[in-house]
Amino acid sequence: MTDVFLNENFIGTVDNAKEFIKQIRSERRKGVLNYELNFYWDEDYNEVYLDITRGRTRRPLIVVENGKSKLTDNYIEEAKNGTLKWDKLVKEGVIEYIDAAEEENCYVALDEKDLTKEHTHLEISPVVILGLCTSLIPYSNFGSSSRLIRGSKIQKQSLGLYASNYLLRMDTDVNVLHYPQKPITKTFMHDIYGWEKHPSGQNVVIALMSFEGYNMEDALIVSKASVDRGFARSTYFKPFNAEELRYQGGLVDEVCIPDKEVKGYRSEKDYRLLEEDGVVYTGAKVKGDDVVIGRVSPPRFLGEFEEFNIATNVKRESSIALSHKDNGIVDMSLITESEEGNRLVQMRLRQQRIPEVGDKFASRHGQKGVISYLVPLADMPFTVSGIVPDVLFNPHGIPSRMTISHLIEIIAGKVGSLTGKYIDGTSFDVMPEKELRKMLKELGFRESGLETMYNGISGQQFKAKIYIGDMYYLKLKYMVAGKLHSRATGKIQLLTRQPIEGRSQGGGLRIGEMEKDCFVAHGASLLLKERFDSDKTNVFVCENCGMLGIYDNFKHNEYCTKCGANVKISVVEMSYAFKLLLDELKSLGVYPKLELGRKY
Amino acid sequence: MLPKHLQEKIDGYAKKYKISDKNVIEITKRVEEANEYGIIAPGEAIGIVTAECFGERATQMTLNTFHFSGVAEMNITVGLPRLIEIFDARKNPSTPQMEIPLRPKFSKNIDMVRIVAMKIKETLLGEIIQEITINIAKSNIMVILDKKKLKDLDLKPKFVFDKIVAGLKTCDVKEVDGGILIKPKDKEINLSEVYKLKEKAKSIHIGGLKGITYVLPVKNDEGIYIVHCVGSNLKDALELEEADTENIRTNNIFETSTVLGIEAARAAILQESLHVIRGQGIDLNIRHIMLLADVMTRTGIVKGVTRTGISGEKESVIARASFETPIKHIINATLIGERDPLNSVIENVVINQPVPLGTGLPKLVAKKEAMESGKPKK
Ligand SMILES: [Zn+2]
Repeated sequence: MTDVFLNENFIGTVDNAKEFIKQIRSERRKGVLNYELNFYWDEDYNEVYLDITRGRTRRPLIVVENGKSKLTDNYIEEAKNGTLKWDKLVKEGVIEYIDAAEEENCYVALDEKDLTKEHTHLEISPVVILGLCTSLIPYSNFGSSSRLIRGSKIQKQSLGLYASNYLLRMDTDVNVLHYPQKPITKTFMHDIYGWEKHPSGQNVVIALMSFEGYNMEDALIVSKASVDRGFARSTYFKPFNAEELRYQGGLVDEVCIPDKEVKGYRSEKDYRLLEEDGVVYTGAKVKGDDVVIGRVSPPRFLGEFEEFNIATNVKRESSIALSHKDNGIVDMSLITESEEGNRLVQMRLRQQRIPEVGDKFASRHGQKGVISYLVPLADMPFTVSGIVPDVLFNPHGIPSRMTISHLIEIIAGKVGSLTGKYIDGTSFDVMPEKELRKMLKELGFRESGLETMYNGISGQQFKAKIYIGDMYYLKLKYMVAGKLHSRATGKIQLLTRQPIEGRSQGGGLRIGEMEKDCFVAHGASLLLKERFDSDKTNVFVCENCGMLGIYDNFKHNEYCTKCGANVKISVVEMSYAFKLLLDELKSLGVYPKLELGRKY
Repeated sequence: MLPKHLQEKIDGYAKKYKISDKNVIEITKRVEEANEYGIIAPGEAIGIVTAECFGERATQMTLNTFHFSGVAEMNITVGLPRLIEIFDARKNPSTPQMEIPLRPKFSKNIDMVRIVAMKIKETLLGEIIQEITINIAKSNIMVILDKKKLKDLDLKPKFVFDKIVAGLKTCDVKEVDGGILIKPKDKEINLSEVYKLKEKAKSIHIGGLKGITYVLPVKNDEGIYIVHCVGSNLKDALELEEADTENIRTNNIFETSTVLGIEAARAAILQESLHVIRGQGIDLNIRHIMLLADVMTRTGIVKGVTRTGISGEKESVIARASFETPIKHIINATLIGERDPLNSVIENVVINQPVPLGTGLPKLVAKKEAMESGKPKK
């Protein structure tokens, strides 16, 4: 007697669960039952679960019957001819989709030659153990799983040739790496994926050593000479666009150089780069506040006409300008039509990004870090054969993270660059480490990968032998140029009089809840007050009723609207935010009475 | 002046190592200095320092569950989740657990201990049955007891039958040939309700301490048998004659509070959080935890550091409103005309005044009027 559940609801019992399962399985394969149905027999609890709800993750497997794969040679022949359809395989019960619960009842063979009578399914390919991004990591079977996850995430952030028609595109926030390379140590996935058509990364000579303490905590030391020769340079593209919108009453925007009569006219200097059609010329060097597309709009309200008593067209300036801190070169501009059929002017800004201190880099093994120092070539350490590394990586990053794959890639890259061949680093397969070391020895190097190196500053030989080789490095999209920010004073919010937020608008850096706690814990309460008084204000408080009083600037006297002028009114310094709170309470009908005491 | 226990310690060492009187005076002087240096200065923000000490240590906690001698049922929540549980004053810990040391008289050998352990463990009907089946046509449930298991646990079928009758008040329970028939009184019952009834029947309490789902007797270094229990039932455990009732430990603070009182609960908070922190190999001064335990228990009932607990009971309206549910606090304060004396941190930050701590604490005592007139006013 076995309980049966459909979609988690009890529907009845069956006497022989094994037979029951066998029957519905064969009916599903025949197509009598929907192929989306999955079932699971829990022998311990003696319960059968049928499930056809949505939201279950399912994966395809080849059906095995009596130790034989149902994907016969006929199908394979058909597939080679290109006539086979996936749907056919599913319909004919060759492939079935299994969900997480049904997997518990399955016995899946990884390879066709491992098949026995007990097996129920066969993996379509052993490759599916790893996803696309993880398959791109060479020697990943030598790394720890958490680092592989990080490694696959990092590859998505790397700069490369994201699309070969990038010059014709208007993408937001994209980067293109100059001189991207194919990795020396590659995997099968690089070939399948067509990596050489859009690579993202460069091969570098890397040495595992510290240097004057600059590469503490995952920091990276890069040779200035490598950077000067073009290592990890990239271009950043940013589009700007202006549409000629249509308004009620047949009014329309106009892209042009704004007339001086226009309301909100900037200075003549700001429009200097515009050509007659109101669009900046290609190749112009633009910076700070420069207008790139000039535009005028009709007045926002018709009432605005009367304001100046000029009945003719007083138009509003609505040009597109660079933000205060931006700069770059105008890469391209074009005139087209928007989806609504309006005239649309687009402009693309280009910025060259040369690696600088603080830019983020990573290897493919989840080892990320930022540049901490660009060393002049003369100071870089060098090997006996005169090789100067491009990157110095801190060896302390290895033991705790156990990324052995990182180390093996260095040897593989070294062998590859010395022999002029690509090394296959596919996981669980091909080119064993032993073979690499043997080849390294034959090439006249130490099989351990270590080399004698010399201090570039003093010329002395290092006591330790240094692990040096080649590996594929990725420049990640997080660059200092897009993050650097500071402010002394600037824009404030209209409502609270506190500094605005956000780098793009020149906002302040927040002293948050926890930062405040730090001041308190140190007992620095006067410093805390000073740090928080960006919105301080002086208000007049009536000591009689505890409400805010008024100061008359003409008569130079103060009075309370409720109690009159014959009461004591004191000046109190408080945050504007609190004054606002008091006002809001009053608007709710709450009487917030202030009781004043002596400060000293 | 030194505290008594420190003076006694110095005297003890002086005697033990035969230190001369002159040196004893010098030592006492230095200890006095060190002791004075250790006293918290006025205006020190001890609450925030405690919070920061806990917070910093909590980031280093990695292990979240602890498995007891490889038994899957005996995993215990430790680390950060457990700390949160303690300081939130949750009614029931996620892994309740109890340690019952046995009196030597009842634990002469392992067999005796095993019998006691089985007596402690809660027995449910589902564990002593051979089969339980639903008759779909008649909408009734048939229970067949496992005779061997009954014998092992020293239970009589009649006793079990009575327990079922008491446990299922909505059903007619009959003894039939070879088993017990459970028939719902309500005739119009549907199938899924019968199924629920079956699950209810399986969880009827037959014997042992309620809530103890697993027991594991372990001999400690001093040769005393301790029964580790999954689940906690302090009240019933205190009535066991086999147990060394003075040394029973439970990790359920709320239960400790109801059974043994608030001082015991304070000690339990101290002991439990210390256990978690020390278990992670982290060093944290006990005084931080003592402060927290005191604050949590000072009202006589255990209160968590939550908006319904001690954080919701701050004196200042502004401080409470800035924490959570501001509208509720402002409305309630308005209704009773609450007065905010502005003598804590948050409210002073809000109005941008120096917080009365550290450099913001000292005040000039002399009165302005008195200074003006030249003589003190009454
Ligand atoms: Zn007034």
